Parts: sequence; C-alpha cells; structure tokens
Amino acid sequence: MKVLITENLRIDLEKELWECRHCDAALVSARDNYKRGLLVYDRDPREIHKPLLDPSKYKLTYSPDPQWCRILEYYCPQCGSMIETEYLPPGHPPVRDIDLDIDALKAQWRSRDEVLEAPVGTDPPRRLHDHDHAHGHGHDHGARK
Amino acid sequence: MDDIQPNAEQQALIEKFLDENKLFLAPDPMIMENHRIEPRSAVEEELLGSGRVDAHKINEVRGLIIAALDESHTMIEQMGVAPGAKWGDMTTAIFTAAGDLSMIAPHGVGGFAAAVFYPIKFINKYWVNEPTVGVRDGDGFIHNDARYGGIHNTDQSMMMPVFWKGKLVCWLSATIHEGENGSCEPGGMPAAAESKFDEGLKMPPFRVAENGELKRDLVTFLQNSVRDPKLQLEDMKVRLHSVLRLRERILKVLEEHGEEALIVTLRQHIEDVVEEVHRRIRELPDGTMRTVSFADSTLRESAMLKLTMALTVKGDRMIVDMRGSSPELLNRSINACQASFKTMLFTGFMQNIWPDLPFTMAVFTPFDFIFDKNSLINGSFDTPQAMSLIPLFKTMTIACIPMAKFNYSLPHRYTAIVAPQYDQPASLIYGGLTQHCEYTGNFCADINGMGQGGRSHRDGEHSISPPFAAHCDLGEIELMEEDLPMVRLGAFTMARDRVGFGKHRSGLGYEQIHTYRRSGLWGFMTGCSGSLFSSSQPLFGGYASPAYPMCKIKNINIFDELKKNPGKFSFDMIELMNTQPFEGASYSTHTMGMTFELAAPGELYMMCQGAGGGYGDVLLRDPALVMKDLEENFISDETARDIYKVVFDAATEVVDEEATARRRAEEREARKARGVPFDEFVKTWVTPEPPAHLPYMGCWDDPSEVYGIYAGQRVKMQGPDLTSQFMLNPKDVRIAELEAELATYRQGQAGGK
Repeated sequence: MKVLITENLRIDLEKELWECRHCDAALVSARDNYKRGLLVYDRDPREIHKPLLDPSKYKLTYSPDPQWCRILEYYCPQCGSMIETEYLPPGHPPVRDIDLDIDALKAQWRSRDEVLEAPVGTDPPRRLHDHDHAHGHGHDHGARK
Repeated sequence: MDDIQPNAEQQALIEKFLDENKLFLAPDPMIMENHRIEPRSAVEEELLGSGRVDAHKINEVRGLIIAALDESHTMIEQMGVAPGAKWGDMTTAIFTAAGDLSMIAPHGVGGFAAAVFYPIKFINKYWVNEPTVGVRDGDGFIHNDARYGGIHNTDQSMMMPVFWKGKLVCWLSATIHEGENGSCEPGGMPAAAESKFDEGLKMPPFRVAENGELKRDLVTFLQNSVRDPKLQLEDMKVRLHSVLRLRERILKVLEEHGEEALIVTLRQHIEDVVEEVHRRIRELPDGTMRTVSFADSTLRESAMLKLTMALTVKGDRMIVDMRGSSPELLNRSINACQASFKTMLFTGFMQNIWPDLPFTMAVFTPFDFIFDKNSLINGSFDTPQAMSLIPLFKTMTIACIPMAKFNYSLPHRYTAIVAPQYDQPASLIYGGLTQHCEYTGNFCADINGMGQGGRSHRDGEHSISPPFAAHCDLGEIELMEEDLPMVRLGAFTMARDRVGFGKHRSGLGYEQIHTYRRSGLWGFMTGCSGSLFSSSQPLFGGYASPAYPMCKIKNINIFDELKKNPGKFSFDMIELMNTQPFEGASYSTHTMGMTFELAAPGELYMMCQGAGGGYGDVLLRDPALVMKDLEENFISDETARDIYKVVFDAATEVVDEEATARRRAEEREARKARGVPFDEFVKTWVTPEPPAHLPYMGCWDDPSEVYGIYAGQRVKMQGPDLTSQFMLNPKDVRIAELEAELATYRQGQAGGK
C-alpha cells in the first residue's frame, strides 16, 4: 500500500519509505524528514523572477532582493524533478513541513483502498467564450469547425 | 494586604462589587478569546434534545432565512455608498440569541459576520442588564473597533435584536467596509498610525437606533468625526434599513412557522457544521504540517516579520500553533488581535479548503489555538491595528500549504487543491477634495483583484477576487471617475511575466496607472508588503509571485504631455519606466508601504495587483500551455525558454517537441549536478541567528526564542514573555544617516585643509 502525500511524493507503508512519484526512487525513511532524501540548491531569486525594470536605473525591479530572499529548490536525486521549493531569508533553517504519525497513517489506510491517481475535487462548470462546450441547457451550438 | 484571607461570603461580596463597578468595559478576554459556539441554551436543549426535530421543517425555514439574507444583502449592494459596498465588500447575517453566527447572505463577505458575533456577545453580556443601556425591540447597535471583534476599523456594523413575544430570539447584522473613519490618514487604514488614537473612530458596540430610527444626535457626532459625513450618514441608513427589512422577513418566519422552528433551525445548522468538521478532521492523517510566511514591511520601514504556523491533527482535533511569530509593534499599525486572526484564518479555510461548508464560525469550534502573548497576530489592546491587513491577508492564505499536505492523501476532495492566492492588499488608497468640492478618503476596488494560485488540475484564475471572498468585484473605473478626480490611464492590463510559475501557473495580477486632475488637494497611499520578499508562496515545487514595487513618475502633468504628444504614452508601466519618455520628469521605484502623500495633478502612481503562487514543477508544464501564455502576452519569449525550457521558433511560435524534451532532460541533469545532499547543505546554509543586515522579527529555528527590534537594536526574547517592540521614527533614522554622512564629509574636508 502506497499513500500519495504530495504532487511529487508518496509513502510506501510496508517499507516505511518516502518515494518520488516521478521515478519511484526510494528517498528516506517515512519517519524521517523527506528533505533528507533530496538534493538542495540555493537559488538567487533574480534568476527566476528576473528584473523587469532596468537595474541600472532602479533598485527595485520586480525581482526579490537576494539579501532578503533566497529560493531553496529541492530535487529528486534520481530523476531531478523539483519536489519542493522554499522561499526563505538567507541562512534560515529549512522548515520540517511534513511530520506524519506513520503508525496512525498505517492504521487509517487499513480500511481504505489504495489511491493511484489523486482526485481533483469538484470543479464548477465553466462558461467558455467560444461556446464550444455542452451547456446542458437543451440546446447545442454544434462542434466548432 | 497579602495576608487578608476573605471567607466565602466576603469573597462573593468582593466579586459582586468588582462585577458591578467596572471602571471601563474594555474588550472582554472571555469573549474575545473564545471562538467556539456557546453551549445549548435551556430552550435549545429542550427543543433539540426532545427528538421532535423535523429535518424538513428546518430545511424549509433555512431556505426562507437564506432568501431573506440574500434580499437584505442586495439592498446594501444597490443602495450602499462606500466603494466597498458597491463592489461586494459587505454582508448581512443572522445569529442565535446567544450571538453565535448561524448563516450569512449567499454572496456576503463571511469574515464580517464571523467577526460580528464578538460584539453581539458583548452586548448580551454587558448591555442587556445594564440599566442605563438595555436591549429592546427596535434597537440598533453600531460598532467598528476590531478590538471588540472585527477585521479592521474601516468596517462598520449594524446589529439588531429580534424579539418575539417579548423574548430575544435571534440577532441580525449588516456590515460594510466603509473606508473613511476619521483616522490620521484618509481612507480608514492609516499606515502612519503610531497609536490606536491615530485610528479615527473606535466604536465599541453602542445603541445608535431606537424604534427602528437612527438617533440624530449620535449620527451627527459620528459625521463630525470623519472626513466624509455624507458617506457616514448614507451607509448608516443603508445598514439600518437592510436589517429592518431582514427583521421583517424573520418576523414573517416566526409568524408562519413559530419560534421553535426558528430557534431549532439556527442552532441545528451550526451543530451540524461542528459535527461535519470533526468528521473531516478525523479523516485526515495524524501529524503536524508546518509553514512560514514573511511580510517585509511595517509600512513605515522595511523589516522581515515572520508568521509561523504548525497545524496538528490528532483524531478529530485540529491545533493551530502560531508560536514563534513576530512580536507586536507598539508604534506601528500592522498588529492584529487574535479574534481578527481567527476570523481571517477561518475565511481562508472557507475560500480555499472547505468552500462547500455553510459559512459559520462554528467551523472552528473543533479547533484549538496556541499563541504567544503580545505577538503580531495576538496583539494587545493598546497596539494600533488599523493596518492589520498586512498579517491578516497572509493569514487568509497561510493554511493553503499545510492543509494541501493534509488533504492530498484523501481518496476524495471537497475542492481542488490550490496554491496560495496573492496575499497583500495591493490597492491604492486616496484622499482629498473631489471635483464636486467634497472631502473624501477611501480605497480602490482593486483590492478585489488578486491572482489565484495554481491548482492541482489547472492554472489559477487572473485577478479573480480578494482572498476574503470569492464574489467581490473590481468595480467600474468610469463610475469611480464620476465621483473622484482620479483618472486610470492603465486599468486592467495583465502584468506580463509577473507570474507564479509552475506546472499550473498562478493567475496574474494587473497593472494600475493612476493619476488625477481637477482637484486642488489630492493624495495617495498604499499599505502593502512584498517589494523585497516574494509574497504569495508556491506549492509542491512551483515558484512564488515576484516582488512588487511602487513606481512613480513625478514632476510631470501627464494630461499636458498627452495633449502635446500622445504617442509618447505607452499604457505599459514597464516601458514607461525603462524608456523614461518624458523629459524633465523624475522616475523612481519604492516599496509598497507608502504613507499618505499629496501628489500634483497629472503625476503618475503605478502599481500591480499581484499573482498567486505556482503549483508544481515548471518542467512538467505542457509546452502547449506555455505557448498559449506567450500568445496571450502573459509571459515573454525569455520566460518560455529560460523558466519553462521550451524550445520553439520565435517567428512561428511552433514548439520543437523533441528539442524541448532534450532541453528539459538536460535541465534535470543540471539540477542533479548542482544540488547538494540535504544534510551537507544544511551544514553550510543554516546560520545560528538571522543575518546582521536583516531587520528580522520572529523566531529563527526554535519557536520559543523570538527576535525583535527595540529602538533600532535587535533583541531576543522567550516566546512566553514577548514584549511590544518600539520602532524608531524613519525620519529620525534618515536624519541620523545624513548627519553621519555629513560628519564624514566634514572630516574629509578638514583633513584636506
């Protein structure tokens, strides 16, 4: 039995291991901080949120200030997928963001079927501009040619 | 004195004396720190415990009440004068006799109603039996002070008891974000407030209407206390009459279905919610999820203010632990009291996590809260709280991240998982003399246009709503221009490349280019953080929003320029700032914390509404969606290539699928090459305390040790013993810097002689 925990991670309950959902790599014990099974990179935020205003003219440019803000990028060591990102001031300890009671999780999933693909949840109907959809009003605009 | 030991009779006498002789009825912690629904009253117990509850009857009565709430809400929307009322920033609501919020209008701002139960409970506790006040049929009570319940003091409520056969059976309310309230800056949200006495009107709940009519003497007092007496009068009448109409409809329900049906419906409704929330918590995995959020401004100076949240699920209990958050600031206006914090956190749960639940504060009855005393989000009575929106807007989205991690494993979902929406009030506040020669002060409805975060199955919506209500609108610029001297030269242009990138990108914010004419006295302010540190945080490996500055073009009258050479104006603030087309004008960028300043006619104040956080790895974004973003001008070629690693022909915009797959595979290899194993990384990354250059407040690693800044010096406190921090006047700081520069210059000159 495997339990999906995030878009990128799942836990193998029998083996008690964190796994990458993209390449199935076993990362670290499920009782441990999953980040310990990943690679980390300290990204200068100006590389992602590039200056849109001319830095030679202005101090504030739409880029976060690298003296105030860094991006920690967490990668799967096997496939290089981005598992998590964390915006922190320089030197701030990474946050232990997920801390599950694994015994309780095992007990909870004894009565549940395994979920392989995460459900979406309800999504309200959306009116499209091109009318290329079923209205359910009893009239049909026909398919777009 | 300590050795006096009163006996039981004496003790009772002392307590009675103290109870009857309170010097000042300040906010009551017994009310303000209790977010849970009251125990059943004797009548409720008798009716609900009898087994005679008819679910069909409840459903029928509930439908009648909701219809009545909808009607009264629409009345405000149609008649309200405040910009907030015109664009949806209001609600009507119904409460049990004890004051618990039962239902709100279907399109109302629930946070208003979820804050108003506090002042209703105050009235029940202090005014009902007070011989000089009392609560009678036809009374209307007004209130705006968030310390007695509320989000901030711009919001004014009318609360009215409903009596039936001589007994109080329920309470009704109507709330509007009024804006102007006589504070030290126009518009009711003064960033410059250094004490609560700079905040303008501070109304604890008091009676302002009798027999369904406003008392003119009190209305005059309130009008005399604000910049916009017309607004004050008109919206007091609007609130009163919408509540009177609601009362009429509720009396019809009582006539038709009886008192029991109403009481049972109101109570059963909230008890059902409590039971359902217990069930929802129980199905989550046990454990703790943590997150942090940073505001980078006090609105007077740049500073890193941390909010730290640990959500713990244990069985059917949810514990919200906010210890380690920034301490409160005694002379800055961005503090919030814990009741406001809970209300806004609840609002965020209703918008992003459980939007299908009925909007009642009963949702939080199964929740426990832990705060440090005197923290930014558990501020004390004496702190100014006029711009509490800085931590409270973050509060509305902060739970998105930990709750996504709790919810992800569920076999079913109540709504799609969503990354945080943009979480700062990026709206211009204005004040001055209008073209109609009337003084005014208020804010633009742009506050309602924040970009949504990316979702688990699709991109976030652009500029969709504020984080406190899904159905508020952006307003009509033309209507605003009829009332005010302001002119919007750029209104809703999507802010290209200012996106929370991800597998599912955030919705975008939009550019706002403001100016004014035909007024001899007009000015602007903003109250917003996020110019140095990204505001809205990403989810599951996406990227955050960028940082947003305020841009100004001064020493110019744009209307003269438009007459002379209209082609020079591009309607694009980035282009205007980078090309600097107007000779003699000054171009500058600033943080978004700007206290009120007078502007000259035709000067440009330019800002952006923000983007939400991105969802998931950018390398997983469908290249076709990247090209669609490019086509719609949401991103540049450079972003498509450098961030999303899509290879395409710039002329035809056709994607080279194979080359893109190769480029993305290369990037994954590059990540593996540059990434460092976590344990190794932490050894070199983590510092024992915040960097010396950073004005930092809040815990660093250990939540029980909290940093503050007192009169310019970093201090370290124990979490349970936080004290208010005192900030230096930024002008004094600047003067000291300039004096030091001058001294250095003079020394240099003296040395040269």
